Amino acid sequence: MSSAPRIGVLALQGGVAEHAAMLQELGAEPVLVKTAEQLAGLDAIVLPGGESSTVDRLLRLFGLRDPLRDAVLGGLPTLGTCAGLILLSSGIEDPAPGQQTLEVLDVTVARNAFGTQTASEEAALTWGEDGATVRAAFIRAPVVTRAGESVTVLARHRGEVVAVASGNVVGISFHPELTGETTVHRHLLSLVASRRALPV
Amino acid sequence: MTDLQTTPAQTSARTTSPADATPLTGSPLVKRGLADMLKGGVIMDVVTAEQARIAEDAGAVAVMALERVPADIRAQGGVARMSDPDLIEGIQAAVSIPVMAKVRIGHFVEAQVLEHLKVDYIDESEVLSPADYVNHIDKQRFTVPFVCGATNLGEALRRIAEGAAMVRSKGEAGTGDVSEATKHIRTIRGQIAELRALYAISPDALYVKAKELAAPYDIVLEVARTGKLPVVLFTAGGVATPADAAMMMQLGADGVFVGSGIFKSGNPAARAQAIVKATAYYDDPEKIAEASRGLGEAMVGINVGDLPAPHRLAERGW
Repeated sequence: MSSAPRIGVLALQGGVAEHAAMLQELGAEPVLVKTAEQLAGLDAIVLPGGESSTVDRLLRLFGLRDPLRDAVLGGLPTLGTCAGLILLSSGIEDPAPGQQTLEVLDVTVARNAFGTQTASEEAALTWGEDGATVRAAFIRAPVVTRAGESVTVLARHRGEVVAVASGNVVGISFHPELTGETTVHRHLLSLVASRRALPV
Repeated sequence: MTDLQTTPAQTSARTTSPADATPLTGSPLVKRGLADMLKGGVIMDVVTAEQARIAEDAGAVAVMALERVPADIRAQGGVARMSDPDLIEGIQAAVSIPVMAKVRIGHFVEAQVLEHLKVDYIDESEVLSPADYVNHIDKQRFTVPFVCGATNLGEALRRIAEGAAMVRSKGEAGTGDVSEATKHIRTIRGQIAELRALYAISPDALYVKAKELAAPYDIVLEVARTGKLPVVLFTAGGVATPADAAMMMQLGADGVFVGSGIFKSGNPAARAQAIVKATAYYDDPEKIAEASRGLGEAMVGINVGDLPAPHRLAERGW
């Protein structure tokens, strides 16, 4: 790889710093994104955890929703964690009043699907086809209740789908950035590497 | 609540479960993790389900359910206690964002009740009348996470040692006067910077520092080594305008609590959204200016200097 990949982290609200630190640890250059201009020149983007209804409102109030959506639809490798998964989805079973999504990942999600904070937990998951063990933290986590035909299920927890991928988009309902688990971020960086290897 | 907690204080470990462990609720990581997800956000005091819906619609990351906002507690006097469970459940039913609620300092049974109600965070708060003038709640014994107030670093670290998973600088609640909030966040940040400097030049002096701060040495060492608190630090007490919120963020807060400032103002919905915008874009004067326009009257407020000492809430907590 010629230079360190520039990975955006949507920085309107939520667990931004933890993703930036992990990306740096893996040799990437994290770029905090709060405006449409900052989307230019990115190799990938992370939509972090936070309060999904808050991030949705800020995206729309400040004109960032459509440019972000266009970038993801244009093939930008994208990882959404927790609230980020909700933002990527094509629909929410239990939205906050007026809450919208980017509609770039063909799944339906349910928010806070395991219950309130007292049900938040750490757990070990089996990830992907190679069956790697991933340490996960679920914080008032959502789950995927419907996945389209193009969508691959990568992990389940308590019988529910908690990690999916489709093309350039990966969505997970847990927080690898809190447990120091690098598997998912390395997966994002591998998407960047294969995209760079494509003939221009 | 875990009755048989025998493990020692887990303050520095971000995770407590090995990869093959069975699922683990109530670990320091999941307690602190929710606070991590609130960063950059605004938590709003609400006293009715209707106010909670306004807060959610304005973009609040969480609401604090209580019977009276601090300005009214101050005006009406009397003993202030945990809210009626009916009120808290009404607010939980009205919104999908996290719901926090307050207990009196040291009142561990009020905390047991709130945990039973499955609130998302408990605020052991000086805004209510203290129930114990010696002890704070042993917060490590609970599955639900706690946020506690602090006016300085020693107080913050004592609360973390007791199990607080989030700290808020206290300010002076219910005044609309931001000066105490400024003082407390500056004090905490300044003391952290001092520890960090000491770690570089004479780490052996940290033992005496721990004694001076009246806080456990291992947490003092961790703060000195990392240059930050092991938990999220919000600011509270007197924030009333978008510019107030943005100033707290520029001073190093991870997020903002707004108590009386929203629903004691002329146009709560507009002011709530304006404070959310200014907190997200705290380093962008153009966006803060835009957010500050046409909000109507701010809460009238009280100057902290005019408050007689016994009525200063920030002095509660030990």
